[in-house]
Amino acid sequence: MEGRFFTTTLNEILSWGRKFSLFQYPFVTACCGMEYMSAACAHFDLDRFGAGWTRFSPRQADMLLVVGTVTQKLAPVLKTVYDQMTEPKWVVAFGTCAVSGGIYDNYAVVQGIDQIIPVDVYIPGCPPRPETVLDALVKLQEKIKKQEQEWRWKRRKS
Amino acid sequence: MEEAEILRRLKNRFPQAVQETLVSLGMDVAIINKEALFEVMEFLKAKPQDYAMLLDLTCVDYLGEEPRFEMVYHLFSLSSNRRLRIKARLSEKDLKIASLTPLWKNANWLEREVYDLFGVEFIGHPDLRRIFMYDGFEGYPLRKDYPLRLRQPRLKFRK
Repeated sequence: MEGRFFTTTLNEILSWGRKFSLFQYPFVTACCGMEYMSAACAHFDLDRFGAGWTRFSPRQADMLLVVGTVTQKLAPVLKTVYDQMTEPKWVVAFGTCAVSGGIYDNYAVVQGIDQIIPVDVYIPGCPPRPETVLDALVKLQEKIKKQEQEWRWKRRKS
Repeated sequence: MEEAEILRRLKNRFPQAVQETLVSLGMDVAIINKEALFEVMEFLKAKPQDYAMLLDLTCVDYLGEEPRFEMVYHLFSLSSNRRLRIKARLSEKDLKIASLTPLWKNANWLEREVYDLFGVEFIGHPDLRRIFMYDGFEGYPLRKDYPLRLRQPRLKFRK
């Protein structure tokens, strides 16, 4: 039996699995989308880090990428998309507009998506370089690794 | 620069309505009374003038002047490859002008935009409601006296 098994905890193996199989839902609204495409395609290739599968349905995704400006009129849509995603889920604010509203300090634009939904990783830049996106992905993976994982039959501490 | 034929024809046809005509950077401009807008536009769209295309329609807020608002219409003639700009001043107390939707279908959304952002009322418009801002938004954000950093209550989230 030597070398045929290893021991781990369920929490650890879940976090390992989850951090390398991030299905992304790109909520693309503005010019940052071009940068996202560049990051996701062959040149920079998000797939190298295990986040290659883009799902265009929020129900199948677990990483919400909010790419671009979110207006007040769009805010309920973003909230609905977030609510439709199944647990576990993480949110990345991509670009200055999603982080803080950016240059659009006006009547129409939400001043940062964290006013609507919780955010895990913020990517600055207008637009961010694809390397920044990859860096953010790695940071999110580190965060997932450290997180306490949830599963269905888990005994809750009360 | 020689004044364009169309401006002369316009002045002859509507001597009372046309206040001023000029050529600005190679583009014909006519400033008219707002009451005559629809008639003037009908005349310009008909042959032989043939300004068949409404390129754009917008509003300018000259805060502090009277009349305060100015409607600007850009027309284009496909047959003669000429553009024409029609302007009409509106005072704040009587912020109404005829809708051009019966003449040009694209005026529908353009006028809704101006209504949304400036509060100009278009008489005869089939469906005058906000187009960019959400229902429940108060005020007209592109007016010069709209506060720069005013925050309004956000739309309700669906439960």
